[in-house]
Amino acid sequence: MKSMSRPVFLAAGAYTVSLGPGRKEFSPRIERPGLEHYIRSAGADTLAQISDPALIDEGVIGNFMAARFNRQGHLGSLMTIVHPSLEYKPALRVEGACASGGLALATGIKSVLSGLADVVLVMGVEVQNTVKSLYCADYLAGAGHYQGERKDGPAFFFPGKFSERAGAYAGKVGPALARSAMAHWYRNAVENARLNPAAQEYHNTVADLLAQGLTPPNPKGFTEHLNLFDCSKVSDGAAAIIVASDTGWRRLGLTRQDVVEVAGFAQLAANLTTPPPDLTELTTCRMAAAQALAMAGIGARDAGVFEVHDCFTISGLLSVEALGLAAPGAGAQLVLDGATGRAGQYPVNTGGGLVGYGHPTGASGVRMAVDLMRQLTGRAGDYQVPLAREHGIMLSMGGNDKTVVSLVLRR
Amino acid sequence: MDLNTRLRQVAVVGAAGKMGSGIALLLALEQGYRAMEHPESTYILNLIDMNDAGLQGLVRYIRDQAAKDGEKQISRLRGLFRDRADLVDNQDMVQEFVFEVLLRLRTGKTLALAQESLLVFEAAFETEEVKLAIYRDLAARCPAETFFLSNTSSIPLQALSEACGIPGRLIGFHFYNPPLVQKLVELIQPRDCAPELARLALDLARLLRKQTVPASDIAGFIGNGHFIRDGLYAIREVERLAPELGFVPALHLVERVSRDFLLRPMGIFQLIDYVGIDVFQLIARVMAAHLGEELHSALIDRYLDQGVKGGQTSGGAPKAGFLKYLKSRPVAIYDPARRDYTELDGPWLQAAEARLGPAPEGQSWKSLHRDPDPGPKLDAWFQAIKEMDTLGADLARRHFRASRAIGLDLVHQGVASGPEDVNAVLKLGFFHLYGPISDYLAEDLR
Repeated sequence: MKSMSRPVFLAAGAYTVSLGPGRKEFSPRIERPGLEHYIRSAGADTLAQISDPALIDEGVIGNFMAARFNRQGHLGSLMTIVHPSLEYKPALRVEGACASGGLALATGIKSVLSGLADVVLVMGVEVQNTVKSLYCADYLAGAGHYQGERKDGPAFFFPGKFSERAGAYAGKVGPALARSAMAHWYRNAVENARLNPAAQEYHNTVADLLAQGLTPPNPKGFTEHLNLFDCSKVSDGAAAIIVASDTGWRRLGLTRQDVVEVAGFAQLAANLTTPPPDLTELTTCRMAAAQALAMAGIGARDAGVFEVHDCFTISGLLSVEALGLAAPGAGAQLVLDGATGRAGQYPVNTGGGLVGYGHPTGASGVRMAVDLMRQLTGRAGDYQVPLAREHGIMLSMGGNDKTVVSLVLRR
Repeated sequence: MDLNTRLRQVAVVGAAGKMGSGIALLLALEQGYRAMEHPESTYILNLIDMNDAGLQGLVRYIRDQAAKDGEKQISRLRGLFRDRADLVDNQDMVQEFVFEVLLRLRTGKTLALAQESLLVFEAAFETEEVKLAIYRDLAARCPAETFFLSNTSSIPLQALSEACGIPGRLIGFHFYNPPLVQKLVELIQPRDCAPELARLALDLARLLRKQTVPASDIAGFIGNGHFIRDGLYAIREVERLAPELGFVPALHLVERVSRDFLLRPMGIFQLIDYVGIDVFQLIARVMAAHLGEELHSALIDRYLDQGVKGGQTSGGAPKAGFLKYLKSRPVAIYDPARRDYTELDGPWLQAAEARLGPAPEGQSWKSLHRDPDPGPKLDAWFQAIKEMDTLGADLARRHFRASRAIGLDLVHQGVASGPEDVNAVLKLGFFHLYGPISDYLAEDLR
């Protein structure tokens, strides 16, 4: 079994508002900040939490599609705008579709494990509201196999892919139970987001969220098994966090209470060109979580707080099963029973998750790590949940379960 | 000759105008999809206007709107482009569709462009002289089987077709503004209209997803038959109230009552501005000439003499007329005595509002226009007005009765075949919540 060759920690960390439809300050008609603003903003808020930015050895930034959304490549170099001391040091951009942020974390962790770095600034960014959602769907479809499946795929490609999963899941557990669980997932996500001022759904005042979530899907206008409330929205945002060795965080002027330890992690890729082996299971997620948990030496139910990649409500349900919190097909009932709510046994996505906070794709993995760290160190503000256990688990997924990063954190 | 064949060779005359642009867009989109569904056929859309800059603006407008339409119809496009291996992304397909639409546009200033057209839509300036000249020219140029569809909103068609030597080949196909959005087409068959043309007009309306209401070939038809008289009624009301209240407050009250008491989408003067005060005058003149009815307003003449015309910018924003607008909302009223606008603000406004009295509470056109069953709420609203003893309620009852009388007259004169056609035109074409021939305040009829 693989193990951490030396202790690695996460420290500091911040993320920006997830800007997009739903936020009061957002309008497609008014000019919006670009990549640079988000990178600077999340970076500066993170650096403000450490003693000296010059102590950073390396930078890693996760980003999925700036080359198309913003016509900008070369983000490793761009991220040095965060602070002059980042210049002339290693910095790179990593890409693994919507798991790009997770991949940036894994890359930072490996740098520290290698001994070549003690302090790594890990970031994620995506600015997607540069195009209409129809074209956004084009760019995001790059997370699938362009040659093999794009041409025959639906206009809204990924909603279509996860609609297939929702349909298969409904076939497995019954359509009413599946729809109801997805609606409950949506309600929980927005209720959590209302406690998180940076969340895209923070301003949401809809009284009956469940009724919205139960809206029958419109196959002609959108997808067969997902409605618009099942989807994370188009978002602009960035997140940043420090990955450090034991020596690293001490140098930064932090105490052990400020940091969390990476107890285990895993990073897996599955074959992009082949369909998922089972539409009702996130197979790669299941395997990644199992590896990370094995490395940490705990079971999923030993953790007290969770961050999963609910790009759609159905991926939320399937993630709960992939983690092992529920048996295959039993995730829906677990969610209906409230186990994943704030007061439940397994609080999931306490700051809103992708459905509630938003999904600036390349930033999401890093944002998850920040939220987990905030929960484990008691700094989650209004969305803090009482912590029964000392571990937290995250699952960052790219594409249709093709690249997955899982982290197990310990306070 | 079937509609599909005719749709391959189409012309729009007056294409750069407000209505012509919208008609051109509808046809361009229809041809664009057809061209992709029938690659073996060639589709051509001739866009004719005297205004070069306007024609360039039109092509831009069609490009932008075609992209929006393609985006909405993306699933259809993905199907149509199934065999095009080079088109994969939504963006590829929308761009290709826009190209397909633009590919068949031919713009120019001469009517010679229409010489092969089998369907000619005319949306030229609304005077008989202009239309006579155009149709005479087209009659000499176009094939004998060409059909002509006029967007005239007031000019009788039988006389026009006879005078131009195209008997039977002309029909009134009156779109409402903006043609892309408005569901109504007023269909006017002149006496000798060829049965094939009458059928074709119905098929075409169906194809463009428009709802037709038939109107008789009597000047002004139903839409302007009501609108012009309703506008003139409102002007007379202003003139009646002005000696006591002052011109600007009087106009404000009549505007407020028509919008906020009668629950219309805009007040009557805003509507005249929207159409254009000059266009209003042209239509009133056409109707007066044909009907021998007094439809003249000295106030309208005075506004136009002072260069105050209303209308819209090419971008669709309202230009100042009776009212001045900021972001499409009225902010001032023109006072011809001062030759200047009076801001909708200050003590005079408070005094005028106090004279008017409040409207019943809880409803507005906005709150009701998406309501699938506004009937009960309208009942309650007008019941409240009936019971009010205020100037506003009195003006509302008077205006309602006048509008209703105009509607009934249109039926009596045979312009409309029944009250339901009058009501349909006002509801579909003017977005009224109820037809003028309804009973809400009718029992006040004396």
